Amino acid sequence: MQVYLPIAELPVNVFLLLGIGAAVGFVSGMFGIGGGFLMTPMLIFIGIPSAVVVASQAPQIAASSLTGALSYWRKRAVDGRLAGVLIAGGLVGTQLGVMFFNAMREQGHLESVIVMSYVVLLGGIGLLMLAESIRATMSARKGAQRPRRRFGEHPWYEGLPLKMRFPRSGRYFSVIPLALLALCVGFAGAVLGIGGGFIMVPALIYLFRIPTQVVVGTSLVQILFSMIAATLLHATTNYSVDAILALALIVGGVFGAQFGARAGANLRGEYFRLLLALMLFGVAARFAIDILQRPDDPFSATKTETYR
Amino acid sequence: MIRALLACALGLALAGAARAEQAIVSLSTERIAITSNFTGASLVVFGVIDREGATTPPPAYDVVVTVRAPRGAVVVREKERRGPFWFNADSRKYIAIPALLSVLSNRPLADIAPEDRRRELRIGVGNLVPSQGDRTKTVDPDEPDFRRALIRIREAERLFVENPEGVRFLTRTVWRANARIPGAAPLGAYAADVMVFLDGREVAKATANFTVTKSGVEDQIASAARFSPLLYGLATIAAALMIGWLASIIFRRD
Repeated sequence: MQVYLPIAELPVNVFLLLGIGAAVGFVSGMFGIGGGFLMTPMLIFIGIPSAVVVASQAPQIAASSLTGALSYWRKRAVDGRLAGVLIAGGLVGTQLGVMFFNAMREQGHLESVIVMSYVVLLGGIGLLMLAESIRATMSARKGAQRPRRRFGEHPWYEGLPLKMRFPRSGRYFSVIPLALLALCVGFAGAVLGIGGGFIMVPALIYLFRIPTQVVVGTSLVQILFSMIAATLLHATTNYSVDAILALALIVGGVFGAQFGARAGANLRGEYFRLLLALMLFGVAARFAIDILQRPDDPFSATKTETYR
Repeated sequence: MIRALLACALGLALAGAARAEQAIVSLSTERIAITSNFTGASLVVFGVIDREGATTPPPAYDVVVTVRAPRGAVVVREKERRGPFWFNADSRKYIAIPALLSVLSNRPLADIAPEDRRRELRIGVGNLVPSQGDRTKTVDPDEPDFRRALIRIREAERLFVENPEGVRFLTRTVWRANARIPGAAPLGAYAADVMVFLDGREVAKATANFTVTKSGVEDQIASAARFSPLLYGLATIAAALMIGWLASIIFRRD
């Protein structure tokens, strides 16, 4: 069944949108990531203009992360104080990212920046996590205990001033590196049109040693707020939010996210990280092929403006 | 509701014999409304060649119908190898390129008029895509590659179409053409240019206009997004969060 998208200005099969929404929603609920890094390429691939894609998936990610966040909230797996710091840092980063985005678009390098960033970010984080989780899985199978960090031993950045207690996560450290992380994630998120959960989740696990279950719920809360802000920002600056597209993705997404959140809650930590790593690595490889392979047609044509 | 739109008639006075044909054109609709289930529309162009009281039997005319969407600027980029990567390197910008171009005729364009005449009258897809808009460069040996690529890409997308069987003569002076407006057609003012040929010469021409507009819910959503963006954004995010919250209630297990 074809439905006409009023802002994208083209007809699309509604079941295709529901399917994409459900698939990405599942991944989103399971890993506590927005899923934008999967959704963006898929929607652009089916022919929707990239500006509309980026703008319209913001409300979709907001809806699906609300569903996920509520389900973690009931399990008391959200660190409200941690989320607050992340939201504050993320909003500053988003603003800076939008400015960088506009500057690169004017110079005509946006496409290359996006593709290279996907390869480096997803590939790098995926590779790191892959190596770590293979090591963890192997040692878990051998029955060997991982060496425990000795009491009182902390990385230097946790000892910076402005220390804060995070009781839900059972951690006590400086908010400066945390806010800086959120700023970088917000920046990258705005440039790439994604929530940035796939950077946030591993960073919180590995750099700040927040328990995995708390990380997922907290990351969803942070994504929820940054996507509410992104929706309003896109709607008022580039008028590219397509409500029909967003609603179709949301209806598919909420179902997917439900099942994803349950699957994620029952998944063991090591497998959880291995799966996430494999997925990140897969998308990075897909993008790498795009720029490493000789293109079928070296030429491309992009409509830049219409005279009406 | 068929209203003939007579935009322009050309009388060609030839030495000795005065000939004056007029092309009369009418469209099946002047407004294509995009609704929520719009997947494209077909537009019928009717035409009559009026010979102004001529008594001799009509000769074999040729008709070329060019349906044009609003024009826009297009950037054509070429990927080049830089180290192991393929990046967009060189590019050319083309201005005034129709988003949709459908050239319909009763037989192949090459048989209707010679090449130089077609170029002069801008008949056919190739002649309707002007060279690069940037006139600062006087000699640009690479430019034709970009122009050919643009035409090739748009033809592959079925946005540029040449159909030598698109015009059907019902009698020698009455014809009809069927143009397909695809679902992804841009909004705005369209034109159907009609040219009548006889023995390779243009003897009459006419233009009929129509518009492609959104209507109903589609129109309301688009206007809200454009003219009250903050309200639209708030409504969208509110609806999104509502569905997200409802889903968590419905699926709640504990």
